[in-house]
Amino acid sequence: MPLALTLKVALWATAINLVLGVAVAFGLARWRSPAREVVDSVLTLPLVLPPTVLGYYLLVLFGRRGVFGEWLDRLGIELVFTWQGAVAASTLVAFPLVQKAARAAFEAVDPQLEDAARVLGLREASVFFRVCLPLAARGITAGALLAFARALGEFGATLMIAGNLPGRTQTLSVAIYAAVQAGDDRTAGVMVAVISVTCVAALLLAGWLAPGHLRRVRP
Amino acid sequence: MSVVDVAIRKLLRADDRHFELDVAFASTQRRIVLFGPSGAGKSLTLRAMAGLLTPDAGHVRVDGRTLFDDAAGVDLPARERGVAYLFQDYALFPHLTVAQNVAFGLHRGWLNAPRHTKDERVRHWIEALELGGVAASYPARISGGQRQRVALARALVSSPRLLLLDEPFAALDPALRGRMRSELLALQSRLDLPMLVITHDPADVEALDGHTIEIRDGRVGHD
Repeated sequence: MPLALTLKVALWATAINLVLGVAVAFGLARWRSPAREVVDSVLTLPLVLPPTVLGYYLLVLFGRRGVFGEWLDRLGIELVFTWQGAVAASTLVAFPLVQKAARAAFEAVDPQLEDAARVLGLREASVFFRVCLPLAARGITAGALLAFARALGEFGATLMIAGNLPGRTQTLSVAIYAAVQAGDDRTAGVMVAVISVTCVAALLLAGWLAPGHLRRVRP
Repeated sequence: MSVVDVAIRKLLRADDRHFELDVAFASTQRRIVLFGPSGAGKSLTLRAMAGLLTPDAGHVRVDGRTLFDDAAGVDLPARERGVAYLFQDYALFPHLTVAQNVAFGLHRGWLNAPRHTKDERVRHWIEALELGGVAASYPARISGGQRQRVALARALVSSPRLLLLDEPFAALDPALRGRMRSELLALQSRLDLPMLVITHDPADVEALDGHTIEIRDGRVGHD
């Protein structure tokens, strides 16, 4: 069932990015170094590089004979031709959307509020969880929903690393391509409708969540 | 024994400008006023005392306790200094209610206090500063005077050894300023808590009637 697989992959990719993207964004927002913008540019590459190039990088890095292939093998993780590979592709492609949104949200938090928390006795980790994260939550949520929508439609990088195995790695966008290639326009049309409706639902959810959060932060 | 004993040096650079802070003062009084124009280095001094700015050299002692001493290698983090800080625009947490703001420093873990905190100390300070009516409100919904009282309650709830106040009346309209000055003075003498106030307003200096130290261009002035 391509829809269930697509949702599973997109949810995993969003969850991984919520941890990874938020952590990297917080680090970048605090890091005072000229190298910061260079790192930021490299991390933004997935937004502009062709997905096939990203898929190629994934193969070179995480394929069985890749740089980290043996290491992943020992952990029992196999990315090539598996749904986990599709998660890796979606995670990489959607990463900048969470990272950028989270960094902007962290940079908008008044540093004086963090100082106030420090003077009131908090350690840095507590300052993060009690001041920075709640105040940046709205921006992070918006970034995560965009990332989810982006992951739903991921095609190129997914095809490169996870392939097109019906029932195992065939996500909706890959299945649409396969159906059109096979001349099965009816199936393709149904799936196009499904993915369109799902994306509209995700965007509606984003619109519904954001003002609700706004109400809590700025009553 | 002096209540505060401060001697700090710090060179700050930003682009092509630089500012040298080199202040030293001590006082045995329980009401100290640092007076001077804006940009004189008053806030930097306060930040260094609170542990939010690390001086290049010198020492900070409060009630005989050394908080910073570069020669002895002492530099307590802000959270261990037992010094309360009232920020100029109060720095209340906008995502927390008045009660949660007051309770903030009581629990130091990863979670904020629940909205309906039942802590006795929180209730005490909310009563003492007449915030009962707005305990469940968010900071954006309360008046300027109430905001200052929330900031005071939040600072006092963890029983600090010294209260630092950065231009505490500047954000208030003139009508409210006089009332808040007398409220603060009454509170201070009731608690017998040492406080150090920085201000550029001569009217504050007169009303607070403490040991006044003048600061100009990063140095203690001599008159």
